Amino acid sequence: MDHLDQLEAQSIYIFREAFARLKKIALLWSLGKDSNVMIWLARKAFFGRMPFPALHVDTGKKFPEMYRFRDHYGKEWELDLRVEPCPPIDAVDPTLPPAARSAARKTEGLKMALAKYGFDGLIAGIRRDEEATRAKERVFSPRGLEGNWDVRDQPPEFWDHFNASPPQGAHLRIHPILHWTEADIWAYTKRENIPIIPLYLSQNGKRYRSLGDQDITNPVASTASSIDEILVELEQTKVPERAGRALDHETEDAFERLRVAGYL
Amino acid sequence: MNMIVTSASPATPNGTTSMPNGTTRPQVRIVIVGHVDHGKSTLVGRLLHETGSLPEGKLEMLKAVSARRGMPFEWSFLLDALQTERDQGITIDTTQIRFRTNSRDIVLIDAPGHAEFLRNMITGASQADGAVLIIDALEGVRDQTRRHGYLLHLLGVKQVAIVVNKMDRVDFGADRFKEISDEITAHLQGLGVTPTAVIPISARDGDGVAERTDRIGWYKGPTVVEALDRLEPARPLEALALRLPVQAIYKFDDRRIVAGRIESGSLAAGEEIVIMPAGKIAKIKSVESWPVTPVAGRQGAGRSVGITLDRELFIERGDIIAHAGTSPRETRRLRARIFWLHDKPLAKGDQLLVRCGPKESRATVVAIEKAVDPGELESSENKAIGRNYVGEIDISLSNPIATDPYTENPRTGRLVIEVSGRIAGGGLVLSVDAGQRAVPVDIVPVESALRPDERSARYQHNGAVVWLTGLPASGKSTLARALERRLFTNGGSPILLDGDTLRAGLNRDLGFSAADRSENIRRLAEVATHLARNGHIAIVAAVSPAREDRAAARRIADTTFREIHVATPAEVCEDRDPKGHYKKARAGALQSFTGILNDYEKPEAAELVIDTSRRTVAEAADEIEQMLKTTGVLFDEVVDLAANI
Repeated sequence: MDHLDQLEAQSIYIFREAFARLKKIALLWSLGKDSNVMIWLARKAFFGRMPFPALHVDTGKKFPEMYRFRDHYGKEWELDLRVEPCPPIDAVDPTLPPAARSAARKTEGLKMALAKYGFDGLIAGIRRDEEATRAKERVFSPRGLEGNWDVRDQPPEFWDHFNASPPQGAHLRIHPILHWTEADIWAYTKRENIPIIPLYLSQNGKRYRSLGDQDITNPVASTASSIDEILVELEQTKVPERAGRALDHETEDAFERLRVAGYL
Repeated sequence: MNMIVTSASPATPNGTTSMPNGTTRPQVRIVIVGHVDHGKSTLVGRLLHETGSLPEGKLEMLKAVSARRGMPFEWSFLLDALQTERDQGITIDTTQIRFRTNSRDIVLIDAPGHAEFLRNMITGASQADGAVLIIDALEGVRDQTRRHGYLLHLLGVKQVAIVVNKMDRVDFGADRFKEISDEITAHLQGLGVTPTAVIPISARDGDGVAERTDRIGWYKGPTVVEALDRLEPARPLEALALRLPVQAIYKFDDRRIVAGRIESGSLAAGEEIVIMPAGKIAKIKSVESWPVTPVAGRQGAGRSVGITLDRELFIERGDIIAHAGTSPRETRRLRARIFWLHDKPLAKGDQLLVRCGPKESRATVVAIEKAVDPGELESSENKAIGRNYVGEIDISLSNPIATDPYTENPRTGRLVIEVSGRIAGGGLVLSVDAGQRAVPVDIVPVESALRPDERSARYQHNGAVVWLTGLPASGKSTLARALERRLFTNGGSPILLDGDTLRAGLNRDLGFSAADRSENIRRLAEVATHLARNGHIAIVAAVSPAREDRAAARRIADTTFREIHVATPAEVCEDRDPKGHYKKARAGALQSFTGILNDYEKPEAAELVIDTSRRTVAEAADEIEQMLKTTGVLFDEVVDLAANI
């Protein structure tokens, strides 16, 4: 087994554990490279079909290319797609800095969707290498009744044994690709021939490394116009993946505050 | 060079590292332990340098940093620098550092941080193939040295190299070295661990690390690098017996797919498998996948697979798929070495949830044999295992589970314990008491609707286990069949339990090791006893060579047991040889055959002894019938049926 085989087998194991041990789960599809790989892995785990809904918590501010991608592959992949709206900006904590506040709409949208469907598990495509607070995550991460994450009181998790009993009304975040890196995602996307949104490839010397909402995501300087070139670029770059995400840079703890409150 | 590798990547399942040119090198995982300040980081820094594992420019950078601060160069700065980088970059609980010896890829499992020492030590070092225990030559063996030795023993790490560091501080004295060497060797041997080497070194100056310098000219053993080079990797998971714990059964279309991850061994379509704990047999029809299916070829340890079977069987999550003959043991009772992380101490009588792979079972702590604070190494009163303590416990399970001792299979031989839905501890399966009856927790046997006397009235006999033992071809099966026919003709209810017949089904998962033979006899005795309790006469025909196994069968069947020794002389048996077994065994083609090697233990107090070379079958059946009459199984007189209606 090569490195990608190992990552794949581990993720499939996590998907199957989540499906077996929780009653009602959904996969959060943000349309980006990571959640596309997740859907692919889910279809591998369940032999071609994903036996739970794909949930897109829609801020309404994604790129047109992303909406086109969603509508096309939602059908082609036969997903049970649920598009859920987010509340307006006024409904969000005004003490947050602007970009974080904008992003926090998604947290609120997520809570509404949870209340609407009663999911006890949400599968999310975060990775340890993306950002320091995500590095401290568990594979099965319990959330409080308000969707909050208590970073100081996380249950022990070892030997691929996961805690899967959320308290009544609370839910778990399941992270099947926590152990992947950005380079792994691209190498796997290439190997499996998973479709991508063209915004990831360089145009006029710029490309998006991480796709979020239009108003708070910026492209980075890059000449990588194919996955192979992206992989070469990743070996050399010192620019962090989320450099183009405005909310990560507003205040030192903006992102941590968001995550503790239930953001991905 | 990528030196820091996060532990998030799954371990290579086959214990090797693929090389660019297609060859493989054994990969060995080690942990370095020892008293604080005895020189762990210095040794690691030295090892990285001596094995050429440092990134370019790193050494020069550290030299410059030391010079700027006006400090002498210290090898331990190197590790500190790596840790700082790590803290600022990817933050992961435990981290692994790689370097290479001549023939091995070494993965150093770094388990720092005293507060979380136990969790890290367990999760990290429990996967180590070997350890280096470091001792300061001046300070000698300290409490913590002994503790670490004890922990290694607890975790089952058997390959331990001792390094006696800072030999420069004792003028490289051979006497001092020998003193320490003797003391630590005695301590470890007391725990059942024999050091693979005891090496005098000065990590700071490099003596004994990669080179045997003049200053330790009196020392003839291996250097640290050579000692690491000799460590044996754990047996590759793929080389172990097949274990596929079932995660789920999917029926999304017309296929019924059994899904799970292969923890050890390998499988391929067409192979016969056994599903434990039920012991059902099936063949693998196909290995399913997506987008291309089915997949051809063997699937090995580490793969998450889906298989279909050639027949519809009831299978559920937590069952273990194995190959017949090498299947795991089913048990309701096991002994485990655990570490406890919950605030409330674990006590005898506690009710828990145990998870062994996808299988879960409620469990009760039957006994606490040991409770040790790994920090202080004081055994408490064995009443409870406190938070962050380790201990050995006996647990009784409400559902039978199939598992292996961790020494036989590190993947299936481990478990976690849940309290209120949260993992509260974990540990290693030390032994599986397959033969021991569980303390009933919530098993309520359902009694028959019929009374024994109702059955006896109909059959004109009491229930019994008639156990025919003797050499192969002594005539057991022939006698058993004659007895069966006779009892049936007289209106009784005899049932034949032939050893070979049951091995084709119920006992198909068993081989011919002493343990498997015992288990075979135990199962025969259990089935026979059940029949006897329900008024039937169970006629068991089985070689059952071990006296102890037959004694166990007698204990199970209790007063219903009647032993008949079919004592036909060995030469006559071999001469008869109806199944050709003796001939095959003489030719060496039949392993573990009882008869030729004379491992048959005769009964000493059988109810009846019959030599079939001196009796006809009818005469022998008469004798048995007579014995059953005199021992109260068959009724001499006709019972008044009306009295029982």
